[in-house]
Amino acid sequence: MSSNRFNWFRFSSPATFYPLAGRLVPWFSAIAIILIVIGLYMSFFVAPTDYKQGEGYRIIFVHVPASWMSMFIYLVMAFWAIIGLVFNTRVSGMMVQSLAPTGALFTFLALWTGAFWGKPMWGTWWVWDARLTSELILFFLYIGYIALHSSIDDKRRADRASAILVLVGVVNIPIIYYSVKWWNTLHQGASVSVKSGSSMASIMLITMLIMALGFWFYSIAVALARVRSIILERERDANWVSELPEIKR
Amino acid sequence: MKARQKRLIFILLGLVALGLAAWLVFNALGSNMSYFYSPTEVVQKKAPQDHLFRLGGMVVKGSVQRGQELTVRFAVTDTANVVDVEYTGILPDLFEEGQGVIAQGKLGKNGVFVASEVLAKHDENYMPPEVADALQKAGQKTSGETK
Repeated sequence: MSSNRFNWFRFSSPATFYPLAGRLVPWFSAIAIILIVIGLYMSFFVAPTDYKQGEGYRIIFVHVPASWMSMFIYLVMAFWAIIGLVFNTRVSGMMVQSLAPTGALFTFLALWTGAFWGKPMWGTWWVWDARLTSELILFFLYIGYIALHSSIDDKRRADRASAILVLVGVVNIPIIYYSVKWWNTLHQGASVSVKSGSSMASIMLITMLIMALGFWFYSIAVALARVRSIILERERDANWVSELPEIKR
Repeated sequence: MKARQKRLIFILLGLVALGLAAWLVFNALGSNMSYFYSPTEVVQKKAPQDHLFRLGGMVVKGSVQRGQELTVRFAVTDTANVVDVEYTGILPDLFEEGQGVIAQGKLGKNGVFVASEVLAKHDENYMPPEVADALQKAGQKTSGETK
């Protein structure tokens, strides 16, 4: 890589990534809080009642962004897993590790809000249709990753072993996304898609997108804050850690 | 070729192989992955004749008959074929004529589907009631087609 280009690999070292993450966390947190507060206000007070589902549909403003995040975070984990395996960078494995709990949280949230929505609208908490089942498998993949990673003491080996698990599981993401198209499911089709646009009233769509953006910033903030703890924990014997002002005292 | 390029190619090939394997599995499973049978499949006797299955479609407009006690009779269609359904129990709130349903039950001897559970299937359209009214006045169908 030529020296006059910006060198991304500079940040693949924990010593340079740690302070960068520290500087970014407050900004992402602040934007996340602002977006989610606006989003929730619009969800409850601005977005109109639905013509068929009445007020009950409002759970969509948490359900859909959480489901999007559950899938997207997994893709980001797969990206870092590939980078980690190919370039042998340490921070990549730490990023995968720091994203997993947030991904698992959003998957759980998607399943949970889905159950609460399913009971009044469909008449059931849970059915074993393709969409719901594949999302549940995604939850198990997150849990499986966390379990596998924490069961191996050598964290570099844990990174590699669990990166392979993450990559094997990535086939599930298109299955979740297209399940409502490929098979007959109780779950309805996508309201928003790149191809056919949106089948929601625009104010509802805007509210949902603000919530989704808020969840994005929340995820970034939490993942960066968590990766700082992981860096400190794993690099505790390194010189630069012992010289940090917050450690030295 | 550098070691890291080899690793990248190895990973990408692995992912392609995995995708191919998944595609073959789901191709083999085919319609067994589907949650319900359509009325056409029932009429063509593709649905199981002697054990439980689910039937999905739209409730035919004007077909709902509420009998004594809790037994409800209605017909389900996928616009090509119609299957009569009989159900004893409490229907979900979204159950309505012209609305999607999924019923679980068995096919009786007389061709009537005896349901033990009825779920409402809604579509992916969300809009305020005023917009729905306006669309209906304009003659557009707002309530969903069931896939």
